[in-house]
Amino acid sequence: MYFRETGQFKSKYKEELAAFPIFEDKIGIAIAAIIAFILIPLFGLPGLSYEFTISAVMIPVVIFTITTLGLNILLGFAGQISLGTAAFMGVGAYSCYKIMTIFPDLNALICVVLSGVVTAFVGTIFGLPSLRIKGFYLMVATLAAQFFLEWAFIRIPWLYNYNISGAIEVPYKEMFGIVLTGAKSEPLTRYFVCLAFLVVLTWLASNVIRGRIGRSWMMIRDMDIAAELIGVRPLTAKLSAFAFSSFYIGISGALMVFFWLGAAEVESFDINHSFTYLFMVIIGGLGSITGSYFGAILVWVVPVILKEYGKSVFGIDAFIMENFTTILLGVVMLTILIVEPHGLARIWQIAKQKLRLWPFPY
Amino acid sequence: MDFLTYLLTGIFLTPFAEMIEMPDLFFQALWDGFVSGTLYGLIALGFVLIFKASGVFNFAQPILVVLAALALISFYKMGIPAWLSVVCVLIMFYALAWLIERLILRKLVNTDGNILFMSTVALSFIIIGAAQWIFGGRPSSMIHKELGFPTGSLEWPMFGGGVYFEMLDISAAVVAVLLILTLGLFFSRTKIGRGLRAVADDPQAALSVGISLNQIWVIVWFVAGVVALVTGIFWGARSDVSFALQIIGFKALPVLIIGGFTSVPGAIVGGLMIGLGEKIFEIYWGPLLGSGVEGWFAYVIALGFLLFKPQGLFGDKIIERV
Repeated sequence: MYFRETGQFKSKYKEELAAFPIFEDKIGIAIAAIIAFILIPLFGLPGLSYEFTISAVMIPVVIFTITTLGLNILLGFAGQISLGTAAFMGVGAYSCYKIMTIFPDLNALICVVLSGVVTAFVGTIFGLPSLRIKGFYLMVATLAAQFFLEWAFIRIPWLYNYNISGAIEVPYKEMFGIVLTGAKSEPLTRYFVCLAFLVVLTWLASNVIRGRIGRSWMMIRDMDIAAELIGVRPLTAKLSAFAFSSFYIGISGALMVFFWLGAAEVESFDINHSFTYLFMVIIGGLGSITGSYFGAILVWVVPVILKEYGKSVFGIDAFIMENFTTILLGVVMLTILIVEPHGLARIWQIAKQKLRLWPFPY
Repeated sequence: MDFLTYLLTGIFLTPFAEMIEMPDLFFQALWDGFVSGTLYGLIALGFVLIFKASGVFNFAQPILVVLAALALISFYKMGIPAWLSVVCVLIMFYALAWLIERLILRKLVNTDGNILFMSTVALSFIIIGAAQWIFGGRPSSMIHKELGFPTGSLEWPMFGGGVYFEMLDISAAVVAVLLILTLGLFFSRTKIGRGLRAVADDPQAALSVGISLNQIWVIVWFVAGVVALVTGIFWGARSDVSFALQIIGFKALPVLIIGGFTSVPGAIVGGLMIGLGEKIFEIYWGPLLGSGVEGWFAYVIALGFLLFKPQGLFGDKIIERV
């Protein structure tokens, strides 16, 4: 009833191939965009303070969506499992820091993009073992990346400019007279920068995945030997997946430090964070762009809001809330794996299918 | 050029010179590596047991180790005698195994290996949250003295110096060997053990000849819990018991790569190789890289193995068909 494409005729093949061929989808995207770009910056979320909404809920969600998109490209579309996500975010953050210190006059946004390129190189190098191994074996190889990079962030002082604290300190940057990074920047500006990155990167991802490279990734994922036999080169396909995904993850890492945390140490890039990102991908749905959004929102927003409500409304101790949300995350994860292993994206698809036929069962 | 000579002597000359100059230090390093190797092997053994019997890559095994150690300490603090609290922990693990089988594994029968793996990750989140809630987040010390394990150390004079053997390490090695022998006998001689091997070989065929899959799973998870308890006692005795122990669990993954996912002796040999390799490398080659290399060297060894022998030392050969 609400979701019916009757009467929407496609007269050109191009229309059939459009990103959102159905009119209702366009309305949905428009509503989501209005909420993200206008309503939340104007009013915040109900029940939470405006400052908290922007800097503790919205900015991280947007950044983690980029991370999830990146990991989903690797895991969901190319089928290569990686547990080094947090370390690759670290590569993005540290390289962005180095680029900013080496070229102090460079625009902050260009620095972020360049740090994504650096991460893509590093990711490709650590993706090399994927040419010989897969599955759990590859997972262990990426763990090597995780632990090696963590070690490098501590032991190579050049990376953090020989700071005594060993942390990244975000310099002051501005563009068109608006302060972008540093302690004086407005949360709202930083939110819009992250959101702009997210929109552009989502558009890029959806097009790359529909293209030749994306299809070769999916062939490798479904069965790599068969894909090789019909002419997909595993070398290019796997390494390009690693590079592309690391590009996203690196950008999100740079954004995380420079547009959200303001300062970062190695703890922000440890193995537990890698697992959180993996959870976002799995809960959202493997191989789905919409799923990346759902996963990041559920895994990040629900615990944060629960903790905040628990503290302010019910006055529960933060330690208990912390443990409670950890358990809840595990339970939600298990339930989704048992009920619908394909994640929230599949649930959303089923709901859409039901809405198309409603009120008739079939 | 200077740097190159420094590097080359650092890699090829100085370490070996040091080994020959101070053999007692070298033997000490070997012994330390051997002890941590047995413990890595024990954690890996927990993984292998479950993987063999149910095809689940059980990511919660390191958490089970922490849980076992913490539960043991808190039972003891509640006033229960030390050995009795071991029994209490075992009962708790049986209940846990039953719950895991009933609530998770039974519902996930015949699903993809990745999904089973992710479900154990989710399980480890639940256990972490619950254990922190119940036991608190602060580190506590192990009760190995109360359990009757000897403390102190033996000194064995050698090459003008001396090698120290901690009594606790010796007992850890002895217990580990005993445990492995018992498990070996259990798998090869008892009826349940044969059932386990049948399930590992072909679950459907095992079901059709009347082996209860559910019962086998409970037993396997319980045995993995026993291994976790032993590991927890000895790792806990070497350092404090806290959630940081979980990181050690990740060390079991390279062990699995070297030994193969399905081989019990492989887990032990792999554990020893990792333990010895990373200790020697840390002491003799570590200073060149600024120390702290223990964190990732094990993975580098594993990577080397993956490139030449992807199925591990004793693992089954991987055959792929289209």
